[in-house]
Amino acid sequence: MTALTDTRPPAPGPAPIPPGGPHSSHVLADSATMLRRNLLHLIRYPGLSVFTILGPVVMLLLFVFVFGGTLGAGLPGGGPSDGREAYLAYVMPGILAITIAGSAGGIATTVAMDMTEGITARFRSMAISRAAVLAGHVLGNTIQALIAVVLVLGVGLAIGFRPTAGPAEWLAAAGILTLIAFAISWLGVAMGMQARSVETASNLPLVLLFLPFLGSGFVPTDSMPGWLQGFAQYQPFTPFIETIRALLLGTPLGSSALWAIGWCVVLIVVGYAWARALYERRSVR
Amino acid sequence: MTTPAIRLDRIRKSYGTQLVLDDVDLTVPAGTVTALLGPNGAGKTTTVHILSTLVRADAGSASVAGCDVAHDPEGVRAAIGLTGQFSAVDTLLTGEENLLLMARLRHLGARRAKARAAGLLEQFDLADAAKKPLSTYSGGMRRRLDLAMTLVTAPRVIFLDEPTTGLDPRSRHTMWEIVRGLVAEGTTVLLTTQYLDEADELADRIAVLDGGRIVAEGTPDELKRRIPGGHLELRFADAALLDAGARLLETAGRDDTALALTVPSDGGVAGLRGVLNRLADADVAVLDVSIHTPDLDDVFFALTGSTATAGRAGSPDDQEGTAS
Repeated sequence: MTALTDTRPPAPGPAPIPPGGPHSSHVLADSATMLRRNLLHLIRYPGLSVFTILGPVVMLLLFVFVFGGTLGAGLPGGGPSDGREAYLAYVMPGILAITIAGSAGGIATTVAMDMTEGITARFRSMAISRAAVLAGHVLGNTIQALIAVVLVLGVGLAIGFRPTAGPAEWLAAAGILTLIAFAISWLGVAMGMQARSVETASNLPLVLLFLPFLGSGFVPTDSMPGWLQGFAQYQPFTPFIETIRALLLGTPLGSSALWAIGWCVVLIVVGYAWARALYERRSVR
Repeated sequence: MTTPAIRLDRIRKSYGTQLVLDDVDLTVPAGTVTALLGPNGAGKTTTVHILSTLVRADAGSASVAGCDVAHDPEGVRAAIGLTGQFSAVDTLLTGEENLLLMARLRHLGARRAKARAAGLLEQFDLADAAKKPLSTYSGGMRRRLDLAMTLVTAPRVIFLDEPTTGLDPRSRHTMWEIVRGLVAEGTTVLLTTQYLDEADELADRIAVLDGGRIVAEGTPDELKRRIPGGHLELRFADAALLDAGARLLETAGRDDTALALTVPSDGGVAGLRGVLNRLADADVAVLDVSIHTPDLDDVFFALTGSTATAGRAGSPDDQEGTAS
């Protein structure tokens, strides 16, 4: 270290700031950098992601092989003979939705951990876009959730799930799943910011895990009592699940897709505004 | 006159009812090092946080590199580098990945980013650990990486918040060398520290912060002239010897429970020998002698009338502040 002052190469000066602030032109580049950071975390420490995949798989197996025979027989048009198979087809969209909902717990924990690290204060003291730091988390989690969805779908196919979708429907299903994952990730980021500690970060997102149960994920909503039906029909997960179901299995789509996209936009806006407001306040220790 | 690199004008900040900064004024000329010296809770970190746009002041104004922290935070952020008290590194990445992350966020471009990261790893003695995860790094290595991350592009103004707290002596000296290197290149540095020797070693000017107020400011020599010299502490076996010692010497303090006397000293060997000879000539046996050079406690005692450790609770300014 003695030659410190002599051998230093001249440090490059900071990149020139374009007029209109550094944000406008660098948001995308900074988001990509942050995404890269989050993906590296994901590869190095896959513990959380394993959990987000195993959870839904266990639930799928449980609902199909333990409850499936009985629940399938109760489905409209279902008979005792092919109950389990019918229920697998019915429950698969709900399991995919719950896979995405479950990823919110993971991202909330990651974000809460990040907020306790000094590096977040460093990011805030640098001329980088606030949105980029959050977008890095959101994009990372969206990718993670989609990988989980593909793996869970793979398990479903292996145990006999037979979708009727053609290439166009598959493409549309991939699109809506990506949009849902993106929206839930924004909400998860905000929930992680809201948490007072890493330990409590996954509490709030737990609410999301219940929504597929209180919608059309596991049983048709018209089998529920009237007061619950109202909630079940209008909460975001019912149009999410109905849209996936219609695309993969050819059930009537109706206005589900519009509702699903509308809900996604609402969740993205709410999650973004909530997270941005908290990011300013919470990242100083 | 050029614009100062850092200027604080009557900055106030409180958290709840706790007044943390009470009308702080400070000017740091470009290309100089100023040390903000003070005990824990004096408001050092809050000052750095306000200047690095992490926290907003309640009142007053501040500017860094000519940009107002409240009205042009982006301009400030583009000009500064911050190495905080808590290491601001990504603990899940390797050292090299941390530096590349910073280089990308500074938009250096792939080739320059790689070259810069390699150069910094070499310069900060981290080349061997470049590809290892941070969990294997020592405290000193983390601090060096932390500072290297701040220096990926050359910031005009650097804030170092207690850069050597918790480091072993060797790492501390390495850190001092690095800071001197920065200054030699014309960077303006504001560093906070609890150690007088650190401020003395590195700073052109020292501002002493206590209970949210700047209680003294000046060059290290100016401040040291205001601090009494060191002292000797002599301990005796019993009260009779203590009395005998007290009669023989001009003492500055006496502690009957510890059986100890405090004797002013210039820190030199001759003075020490003189004191011991006078005691030996009178057959007064000394149990133990210790030499105290001026430290932060002495500075605080001299400047604030209270000791550094008691400074916060005991300072009248502070109490006045918390009551308001």
